[in-house]
Amino acid sequence: MPLSEDEVRHVATLARLGLEPGDEEFYAGQLSGILGHIDRLQQLDTEDIPPTAQVVEVASRLRDDEPRPCLSPDEALANAPARVGGFFRVPAIQEEA
Amino acid sequence: MSADELTALTVKEASRLLRLGSISASDLVTAHVERIERLDPKVKAYLRFTPELWEKQADEADRRIRQGDAPPLAGVPIAVKDVLCVRGVETTAGSKVLQGFRPPYTATAVQRLFDAGAVMLGVTNCDEFAMGSSTENSGYFPTRNPWDTARVPGGSSGGSAAAVAAGEAIISLGTDTGGSIRQPAALCGVVGMKPTYGRVSRYGLIAFASSLDQVGPFARSVDDAALVLSLMSGLDMLDATSSGRPGMEVLNNYGGGVKGMRLGVPREYYDVAGIEAGVKAAIDAALFILQREGAEVVDVSLPHTDYGLAAYYIIAPAECSSNLARFDGVKYGLSEVDAPNVTELYMQTRRKGFGTEVRRRVMLGTYALSSGYYDAYYLKAQKVRTLIKRDFDGAFEKCDAIVSATSPTVAFPIGSKTQDPLSMYLCDVLTLGGNLAGLPGISVPCGTSDGLPVGLQVLAPQWGENVALRVARAYEEASEIRAEVAEVV
Amino acid sequence: MSDASWEVVIGMEVHVQPRTRSKMFCGCAIAELNAPPNTHVCEVCLGLPGVLPVPNKAAIEACLKTALALNCDIPRHTKFDRKNYMYPDLPKGYQISQYDLPMSVNGVLELGERKVRIRRVHLEEDTGKLVHAGDKLHRAWESYVDLNRAGVPLMEIVSEPDIRSADEARDYAVELQTVLRTIGASNADMEKGQMRVEPNISIRRAGSGDLGVKTELKNINSFRALHRAIIYEVERQRQVLEGGGTVAQETRGWSEAEQRTFSQRSKEFAEDYRYFPEPDIPPLELDRAWIEDLRAALPEMPAVRRGRLAAQLSSRDAALIAADRELADLFERAVELGAPAAAVGGWIINEVAPSGKLPSPENLAELVKLVSAGDITRDQARVVLAESVETGRTPAEIVAEHGYAQVSDESELRVLAQAAIDANPKAAADYRSGKEQAANAILNDLRKKAPQANPKLAREVLLELLR
Ligand SMILES: [Mg+2]
Ligand SMILES: [Zn+2]
Repeated sequence: MPLSEDEVRHVATLARLGLEPGDEEFYAGQLSGILGHIDRLQQLDTEDIPPTAQVVEVASRLRDDEPRPCLSPDEALANAPARVGGFFRVPAIQEEA
Repeated sequence: MSADELTALTVKEASRLLRLGSISASDLVTAHVERIERLDPKVKAYLRFTPELWEKQADEADRRIRQGDAPPLAGVPIAVKDVLCVRGVETTAGSKVLQGFRPPYTATAVQRLFDAGAVMLGVTNCDEFAMGSSTENSGYFPTRNPWDTARVPGGSSGGSAAAVAAGEAIISLGTDTGGSIRQPAALCGVVGMKPTYGRVSRYGLIAFASSLDQVGPFARSVDDAALVLSLMSGLDMLDATSSGRPGMEVLNNYGGGVKGMRLGVPREYYDVAGIEAGVKAAIDAALFILQREGAEVVDVSLPHTDYGLAAYYIIAPAECSSNLARFDGVKYGLSEVDAPNVTELYMQTRRKGFGTEVRRRVMLGTYALSSGYYDAYYLKAQKVRTLIKRDFDGAFEKCDAIVSATSPTVAFPIGSKTQDPLSMYLCDVLTLGGNLAGLPGISVPCGTSDGLPVGLQVLAPQWGENVALRVARAYEEASEIRAEVAEVV
Repeated sequence: MSDASWEVVIGMEVHVQPRTRSKMFCGCAIAELNAPPNTHVCEVCLGLPGVLPVPNKAAIEACLKTALALNCDIPRHTKFDRKNYMYPDLPKGYQISQYDLPMSVNGVLELGERKVRIRRVHLEEDTGKLVHAGDKLHRAWESYVDLNRAGVPLMEIVSEPDIRSADEARDYAVELQTVLRTIGASNADMEKGQMRVEPNISIRRAGSGDLGVKTELKNINSFRALHRAIIYEVERQRQVLEGGGTVAQETRGWSEAEQRTFSQRSKEFAEDYRYFPEPDIPPLELDRAWIEDLRAALPEMPAVRRGRLAAQLSSRDAALIAADRELADLFERAVELGAPAAAVGGWIINEVAPSGKLPSPENLAELVKLVSAGDITRDQARVVLAESVETGRTPAEIVAEHGYAQVSDESELRVLAQAAIDANPKAAADYRSGKEQAANAILNDLRKKAPQANPKLAREVLLELLR
């Protein structure tokens, strides 16, 4: 199933990937090619085949409710691109209308 | 002993010399650093070096050796793929988006090698977020194949494979999501092993596709790979998917030889589309040797092989589209933090930080999970994953292990596949089935084609590392083919 | 609601923080409300690359207990899923939640005769906190991120749209809080954000089968606010519909200051959460024996106990006491020990509950008996109770020590009374010459000298002697 430029734009928005001029066309072409190969999956009848999300045996590895030491605030913020006091700083949360 | 000899040693050989006192860990490091300085400008296996670590760790190793309580890897120089976090060492997953990131923790697999006395030389190059089969998708620069620097080393763990092949490390660590250890091992002529999913903790491994990723070793001998794997393996409470099985079980009777073993050759792998004649010839020779050693070669079938790539390229991108959402410019790494608003922060940071292949896969995965397409793509792929797993279950009823080429081709020229993603994806057609089914697999050198290394892949049932190692070791011994160190020119 | 021809339809979505020491998927301790920013974070809850979630057993246990208390079914298999959306308070770019295989389904919460069906109870993780620099959110010029709360466990309890009024909604929330506290699954303190109630509200013409367009209300932090917000919102919807308009499906915030709901802009412009199974956590197969142990260990539900207490107390007192498991236990034990129920109830409601300090049932029973037998006065009993709670000593010991035991013995009282009369010749003379109230002066003197004297008897004896 080929992917339209609008679909590329929609998917890029969902994934928060900024596009550059020409990207829609570029990725529409490439993704359509890959999906062209992937579409062979539709030939298989998987009606009563259960899905496999994980190959590890069903385990219930749980953690005891024991607090472990946290990072120091400096360690926590050491990689922060921008900080204000003990906070990470981000720009205004401007939603599109 | 000459510097070239010191950089061609296996772990076994190096450990003996270290214990005898004929060399010191520092000598070993120095020899490697000198060779790296001489050759790495051509190979470009390393992204960064860690002198503060190698000095500390080499001194510690020499001290322990003098005391006579040297741990198994005391003084062994290793290289670590850029996707494995090391406390305080810049770790970027080959991506600009993580430039400058210094994790406050060390990956369990790496820590266990440190605890075993290993000496870290540096961080090796890879495809960005391990997405690729040539290391050309690195956000920094491509790595060259030590046997022919006009060609790729394979990928995504190309830097780690090239480092061992070029004598720039005795051991290196890679990760394998669709073949990212086995394929570069094959193309660089070294041993590379992907364990059973859950055998080695993924804690500290920057995720590409969480249900497929595994950490594994590159080495110059099957013995070395087995030893290193056994040291990395075992339960880690920081990874809910890590198995409680004892790591040492990977060594069970792996030296026992192949006499009486049934080795399955899947016709879909043997005659896979695009397999080179030279590769096929090398595999035929290998099968002949294994039979001579007393193994029985049997025909098996993996009927859904043609659908593996398709299923893989839904599942892996779907998981990566979610795993890479954390790279948002808020907590670490590249950030367009002065963008006018948060949405722009995300859009600009991720546009600048991610390369083409990463963007391609994030979009593909987002699409496969998006409303209206989930059932047709993601769910469908998960069901096909079940069929592929069943293929292997069926095959392993007829055989103890599966043998095939690791890669349909030898190392290809840099740039020859970058314009056509699908042709690049096809590099993993013989390896990604093992990831979808969670199987252990190893690639061992099995001769050359046009002077370029060919790899023999051995796949075993889940938790059957010892079986795969047993076949690989028997072949290595009988074939007298050793992973050699390339004289990079 | 003024126009009776409308029917209100409310479903409740309640997020509850289970009582745990550490977060849902990492070992960070749960931060106090006022903890400095980013002091309770680690590589896992910060969403640093390469680290993995490991579920907290205590959170799962609290969720199972809640599910059992709400009569839910607990499927054999449950799993976690990723809810994908990017927002600065969500460090991984996805929330680990549960989608199509929740921990439990199909429960019910009973409010008297009314039954509210519970659709599901599942586990997830909380997000961090954003502080906006600037007046209103949309005018903020920058925001600050504190991830102390990121990864704190949350149980999401979703009801069917079975609630028909603001009163019922409040009763539901109150009863849910009582149940959660009774089973010890959560402190469910709304002010502390341990219990967040989000009603989904729609109205429809009475008798009509189909649902109207619903709005979801947020930022409600008290039962009172819940009640007012629903009344406001129902009225708003009624006016919209009766004005010929249509209700927009949206999330609306409750403004405590303005006492109204206002439209909140959605977080995402193209909302599509792309749920898929969390590959870092294998599906859970919960140990049935564990579940049965939890079921067996569940305490009596408040509704049942309320019924029993109502037989011995006014329904108001019964409700008050049954709402607190410790008070109810104290009441029932003390009554078992022979103390009169009404009196015990009175002491618990008026003295014990306000002080927040519980005596042992034995001590309370003894105290109430002493008072009822008239051996000590109420004032004395208060002092004794306080001391008994502090020291753990028995009321009898304390009474003896203070010499509180009242003198009711007539001969003794005669001596005390005579002494008081002798000490106040003038007052005695005044009384005898007809000034009745002069007796009080003498009585007060007596009680000052002998506080243990039984006031009623002492007065009788005194007056008799004065005659
Ligand atoms: Mg929720
Ligand atoms: Zn944490």
